[in-house]
Amino acid sequence: MSPKKIILRFSAETSEKPIIYHLVKDYNLMVNIIKARINPAREGTMVLELTGDRYESGIKYLEEQNIKVQKLAEHVNHNRQNCTSCGVCTDACPTGALFLERPAMEVQFNSDKCIVCQICVKVCPVKAMEVCF
Amino acid sequence: MAVEKTYAEINAKIKSGQAVVLTAEEVVSLVAEKGVTQAAKEVDVVTTGTFGPMCSSGAFLNFGHPKPRMRMSKVLLNNVPAYAGIAAVDAYIGATEPTLDDPLNKKFPGEFRYGGGHVIEDLVAGKPVKLKAQSYGTDCYPLKELETEITLQDINEAFLFNPRNAYQNYNCAVNLSDRTKYTYMGMLKPKLANAHYSTSGQLSPLLKDPHFLTIGIGTRIFLGGGEGYVAWYGTQHFPSMLNASGVELHPSGGTLSVIGDLKQMNQRYIRGCSFIGYGCSLAVGIGIPIPVLNEEVMYWVSRSDKELYAPIVDYSDHYPNRTGENLGFVSYADLKSGEITVNGKKVKTAPLSSYPMAVEIATELKERIKAGKFELTQPVQQLPSAKDNIVPKSLNVKE
Repeated sequence: MSPKKIILRFSAETSEKPIIYHLVKDYNLMVNIIKARINPAREGTMVLELTGDRYESGIKYLEEQNIKVQKLAEHVNHNRQNCTSCGVCTDACPTGALFLERPAMEVQFNSDKCIVCQICVKVCPVKAMEVCF
Repeated sequence: MAVEKTYAEINAKIKSGQAVVLTAEEVVSLVAEKGVTQAAKEVDVVTTGTFGPMCSSGAFLNFGHPKPRMRMSKVLLNNVPAYAGIAAVDAYIGATEPTLDDPLNKKFPGEFRYGGGHVIEDLVAGKPVKLKAQSYGTDCYPLKELETEITLQDINEAFLFNPRNAYQNYNCAVNLSDRTKYTYMGMLKPKLANAHYSTSGQLSPLLKDPHFLTIGIGTRIFLGGGEGYVAWYGTQHFPSMLNASGVELHPSGGTLSVIGDLKQMNQRYIRGCSFIGYGCSLAVGIGIPIPVLNEEVMYWVSRSDKELYAPIVDYSDHYPNRTGENLGFVSYADLKSGEITVNGKKVKTAPLSSYPMAVEIATELKERIKAGKFELTQPVQQLPSAKDNIVPKSLNVKE
């Protein structure tokens, strides 16, 4: 089963519970914590990647614990206002999602082809490629 | 009869709204259709444009005097060091200077998120910039430390002075090694998997006046959205003409020093940028008008991407080790097609300079001239050209 990315939002009451322990122990899920943050009011946010056959049961458990679960739709955004159409991203992109439209030589982005490898984010000189969660 | 026009005649036409102005892209097809002589008769000015990273850029700033006065000897702008070894409250912020807390390339390849180029962009955008200054204190300048915020409008003078801009021609960069190379020409994939180039080809100012017939000291230019001037030839100004086998003479490495008022500029044409694994820089928009004085000027300015060539250079060995070798020449038409052939292998290409922005700049300059808002200047002195046979010097490292 392919990994699924989710965002968990904890209230002050739920943020101290050993949630990850139960996901692993009771539901046999493989957990990769991408990001975790807790604010001064002890409310927390955690971005997780979950892999395992009992994914749906694990999600049901989280909801029963009053933890808000959202699917993480991670995607790359081409910020047209920042982009100067220099084109240096276009041969770094392994899938052709970023390409030069000729003859104008304008950089175009086909998000359907994007595999979120994020190489464009690293090579763009003006930070016009953004990762959105 | 040969076509001969003077700057005064062309400026008179500009003033009366009668000047015929084309971009360097437009004039290519006009000459193909009507020939050089007829085109030289019809056209008065050709505008060029380029927009790309120009590392040798920076700005002189005068912050004004605090009370009590201060001879700033160390200056930080948004934590980026500026050179303050000038006069009391002057500094020069260089485009490639990184923030003090930048890890540089310690975790390779480094990201270089902010540097002097970004400070200049923020100033042009009207954003507040943090100024920290230190001094040793003198009788006339007693203040030893200050921390405040400035904006471009708050301070006295602010002008770009870029010692090496508008490079005439550039290498087509490739990587023959087995490892990815992170260069000022972008990320070069191993085993000749991509090729990067960095001029706007048929729109590029110094490719269109390869013998410096019109561009010289005092030439008024479009700089970063405002008006600027050619102040001198640039550093590393080696304006030779290369003659590769089967290829006509084509220009090599002339450069310009340019100067202009930062307060006139527009963030669209002045952009801080950074290259992974290399460092930070500033992308600058430059447009230069070329007066069509005669057929010779028109001949050179009408050369198309098919007639302009770049040398292909390996950035894993030939460039860093200065071997002087290249892997042949390639036309800008081929580079812009997206694929070239090097050592018998098909290689994907990508530019570093923006062709759409070059078109925009050449078009904007054309509109300003047509509207009578931008007159041409005759250079007060010609720049050294290929006939001057300048030989680049190398640094002889003595033991």
